[in-house]
Amino acid sequence: MIRYLTEHYELLGNAFAEHLWLVLVTLVLSLLVSALLSLVLIRSEKASNLVIQLFGVIYSIPSLALFAILIPVTGLGDKTAILVLCAYNQYLLLRNILTGMRNVDRNLLEAGTGMGMSSWQLLRTVQIPLAMPSILAGIRLSIISTTGITTIAAAIKAGGLGTVLFSGMRTMNVYKILWGTILCVVIALIADLGLKQIENRVEKKLGGMRTEA
Amino acid sequence: MKAVELVHVDQKFPNMSYKALDDVSLKIEQGEFVTILGSSGCGKTTLIKMINRLYQPDKGEIRLFDEEISKKDPVQLRRKIGYVIQQIGLFPHMTVYENIATIPRILKWDKTKIEEKVQEMLHLVGLEPKEYRNRYPAQLSGGQQQRIGLARALICDPDIMLLDEPFGAIDAINREKLQNELKSIHSKSKKTYLFVTHDIREAFKLGTRVIVMNRGKILQYDTPEEIRQNPADGFVSDLIQTMEDAPGTGNEEL
Ligand SMILES: Nc1ncnc2c1ncn2[C@@H]1O[C@H](COP(=O)(O)OP(=O)(O)OP(=O)(O)O)[C@@H](O)[C@H]1O
Ligand SMILES: [Mg+2]
Repeated sequence: MIRYLTEHYELLGNAFAEHLWLVLVTLVLSLLVSALLSLVLIRSEKASNLVIQLFGVIYSIPSLALFAILIPVTGLGDKTAILVLCAYNQYLLLRNILTGMRNVDRNLLEAGTGMGMSSWQLLRTVQIPLAMPSILAGIRLSIISTTGITTIAAAIKAGGLGTVLFSGMRTMNVYKILWGTILCVVIALIADLGLKQIENRVEKKLGGMRTEA
Repeated sequence: MKAVELVHVDQKFPNMSYKALDDVSLKIEQGEFVTILGSSGCGKTTLIKMINRLYQPDKGEIRLFDEEISKKDPVQLRRKIGYVIQQIGLFPHMTVYENIATIPRILKWDKTKIEEKVQEMLHLVGLEPKEYRNRYPAQLSGGQQQRIGLARALICDPDIMLLDEPFGAIDAINREKLQNELKSIHSKSKKTYLFVTHDIREAFKLGTRVIVMNRGKILQYDTPEEIRQNPADGFVSDLIQTMEDAPGTGNEEL
């Protein structure tokens, strides 16, 4: 097992790096998109629910099917993969960002508005900071979900640990399958634990401060 | 000059058997301290929120210093109006200092000026700056939170102050003290105060004039003496009776 790792260090390392890269690019892009969408959608509860529902439907489509649908349009490769992964993430991110901002105590918004904060100032200094725990939870979920789905993206030649897994399955190589899986879990676990830490810290900073009348 | 003027203002909310404001007209001179008295649900908060445009009236006009407010930019308008909301509404993720400094920071005041002003405000509401400035709202008692709310509303020296039951969570002794302090802040400032309460003693003690409301209507709007001597109707005289029946306890709630 360990010997397999030392012998195929380069193969596994490259796949791991590719995988990490895909997850990272996806995260950055999908955060950008969801942030922009949230800014627009926060103004209308109806529209937000509709859009979240729409992405919910997309989220429920199996990734292999979605890749297949897109191949004629965007072709094989990582571009298609990232597009699909971003679309999946929108559901997790938008849901958490928007509900986080919506759940901010109405009285705080009224106090802020009443003393002359513009809706943008209110968003920046009150709504977003108070929604932070929920936003971070969304990011954590989306990294974990992306890490998993990215393995499937190897089927459309996007690279990453999926390549190792698929070739392991084809050649019945247990080591490959095991190492591919372990490295995936490592990414997900590190993201999970790291972000939980940050969440806890933010939560502590906001800690107990929500008991306010 | 009239600081506040409402002309035939109506406001109805869905699912209500009566109007929250029912043909309300009133004039408040600059420098007055007007208290608004009435039982729960009679429209006191609604009246207050009309003035800083948190609500738009269904009908009627509202003027501040002879200017119709529906034509003005609401954000700019609100920065000249101090507002203490009934639910206190301190930002839980900000310290006392940051809460009080919210609008000065937005207005980009000089840092030392903000620092000085916040100190001044904390002294004004009877809290030692050193001890309280870095606390979070959750680390304060209800009464202390209300004082911070008051400090936050006063810091920009607004022309009009809207205070919605600002002393609701404060015990009788401290309430008495704060009432006196507020009164002296007001008389020094020459600004116009609107103060909501359902404590009749508080209303009569603080108000240069008192508005008595019931079910969205103004029943009487006059000086405390005049209301006491010539109550407009049965509701008002019953109200005065409750105060006279229990002299000296100082905290009658409707
Ligand atoms: N945003 C709103 N939507 C629907 N109904 C409202 C709204 N605001 C107030 N009302 C209703 O209007 C009426 C007057 O409410 P308001 O808050 O002005 O009462 P109040 O005199 O301030 O009472 P309290 O002393 O309990 O604070 C109430 O019946 C209330 O239910
Ligand atoms: Mg009220």
